Amino acid sequence: LAEIGSLIHGFGVALTPFNLMLMVVGVVLGVIIGVLPGLGGANGIAILLPLTFTMPPTSAIIMLSCIYWGALFGGAITSILFNIPGEPWSVATTFDGYPLAQKGRAGEALTAAFTSSFVGALVAVVVITFLSPIVASFALQFGPPELFSVYLLTFCAFVGMSKGHALKTIISMMVGFALAAVGLDTVTGSLRLTFGFTDLLKGFNFLIAVIGLFGIGEILLTLEEGLAFKGARAKLDLGVVLQTWRQLPRYWLTSLRASAVGCFMGIVPGGATPASFMSYGVAKRFSKDGDKFGSGQIEGIVAPETAAHAAGTSALLPMLTLGVPGSPTAAVLLGGLLIWGLQPGPLLFQEQKEFVWGLIASMYLGNIVGLIVVLTCVPLFAAILRIPFSIIAPVILVVCAIGAYTVHNNVFDVYLMLVFGVAGYVLRKLDYPLAPLVLALVLGDAAESAFRQAMLMSQGNPSILFANALVGGITTLALFLLVWPVLQAGLRRAKAA
Amino acid sequence: MSDETDDRPAASTRTLELVVAALLFVLGAIVIADSLRLGARWAEDGPQAGYFPFYIGLLICIPAMVVFVRALGDKARARKSFVGRKALRQVMWMLVPSIVYVVLIKLVGIYVASTLFIGFFMRRLGRYPWPATLAVAVGVSVVFFLLFEVWFKLPLPKGPLESWLRLD
Repeated sequence: LAEIGSLIHGFGVALTPFNLMLMVVGVVLGVIIGVLPGLGGANGIAILLPLTFTMPPTSAIIMLSCIYWGALFGGAITSILFNIPGEPWSVATTFDGYPLAQKGRAGEALTAAFTSSFVGALVAVVVITFLSPIVASFALQFGPPELFSVYLLTFCAFVGMSKGHALKTIISMMVGFALAAVGLDTVTGSLRLTFGFTDLLKGFNFLIAVIGLFGIGEILLTLEEGLAFKGARAKLDLGVVLQTWRQLPRYWLTSLRASAVGCFMGIVPGGATPASFMSYGVAKRFSKDGDKFGSGQIEGIVAPETAAHAAGTSALLPMLTLGVPGSPTAAVLLGGLLIWGLQPGPLLFQEQKEFVWGLIASMYLGNIVGLIVVLTCVPLFAAILRIPFSIIAPVILVVCAIGAYTVHNNVFDVYLMLVFGVAGYVLRKLDYPLAPLVLALVLGDAAESAFRQAMLMSQGNPSILFANALVGGITTLALFLLVWPVLQAGLRRAKAA
Repeated sequence: MSDETDDRPAASTRTLELVVAALLFVLGAIVIADSLRLGARWAEDGPQAGYFPFYIGLLICIPAMVVFVRALGDKARARKSFVGRKALRQVMWMLVPSIVYVVLIKLVGIYVASTLFIGFFMRRLGRYPWPATLAVAVGVSVVFFLLFEVWFKLPLPKGPLESWLRLD
């Protein structure tokens, strides 16, 4: 078991006082980001990314990934105490979390949510520890056609798995690709889609898009819905925590199922949000108290929280091993790796062992730190939510503007951020999913270059995507996922007829 | 949300759906046109610069057209409110000052602009008294100044005030 040895070495890398401090800072920032409207995992990390450019990459990724864990934990606080999901993946947590809080059992609900998150993350990290070296060594044999087929699989999975409108998912994704194409084409040296604007030469930076689409768009949406924070009081003492922990082992089967759903949905790019809903639905069907779900069942918190955290964590597996992120936040982290000069993918596991295993070790440590921080600091985080919106909204916008500016030290990016914000607001209201856009914007150049190289190998013949069993299998699976919604509708119609 | 309140609709969801689909179609058409200008075919040495984006453009235009046509016949969405008037006014109260704010960044620097922006919100939406407004608005900017200029050594845009105070 070479993984154990590498992991122990990784703990050596991660366990320095400086890195531990960064973990605490990251988790606290992450929870704050997860609690505040308008700031989430993806755009929070996008805003803070420029601040880490001067740090050593391992320390930087430890802090940023801890922000991510913090944001995953933080979503539960607003869901349970205020019935406002701070993050999309914590919507399902409101179903049973808020009723429990109204009954005065907020402490139990929070403890259950945090502990389940921790369990979900832990399962996912174990999966990452043992599965990613295998995936990476397997992916070492990939040439451009295989690589392109993996990208194809990622994007087709998004279309096939999306709950909403498949056409809108395609449009959103293609807009991402189009935005990625803007600027200097490095292969031919020609300028694409710049129309003489020098500001467009460098192309659209995905960090700006993420900050605008998710940050500004979210604030506008929140404003429209009119904010009225009427929160339950949060009291978490050791007695409540221990009492809840005694109950939780009863739901081991629910946790196990939720972890499995979460890991699967995270690795296949489905994301934490559908995973949490799916897991809630599964738990409801299998539980003997299924009919009481929605009235305040601990089990109804365990299921979505475990799955969301497992999915959010395991989304890093394809990001590290293949260079294909499974979620927008993983996409932002991938962008960070590129900026630090690290090329994610199978070679990372050979050339940057220290970095990879330091990161994986920090996932174990970060989640332990996260659990301790959220269990001890709930009242503090709940107090942040009581800051009036008329103060917090402009401050969040200022933070977004600073974040957008620091990406390239360019004021033009701040204007762009606002444009993306308005676009994000309108698109979200019309049910265009934004995650595929961000993913396509991040992966656009890499996907195009894999496509070009594959086409060069075959002199423009697309049959190279079926040239051998491996690439053919991935491509077929991708196409199957793509037409899955159509097949499903056809089956349903056939059954009805 | 706005359907359940008595907030009169400012525009129907269908109208917005049509406008956005049309805009997306135009965007796709621009991508196609530019790809054709660069050459979207197979040259001696491999794919031309517009080869890949050409298909991207197509894959924007065709689905956008379908969404447009579907929305035309959608009566339910024609009755559904995209945004109520009250809600729209709320959004504009955020959006217009934000536009002014980003324009001000270039003119007076980000710190002065942020102070004005936060101050405006607290007076206008929060109706805070002047002392509280000043304390928070100036305080936040000073904290950001210390954080970025002193601690992180990341210079943000500055204006006449900073050069007068010799802070840049």
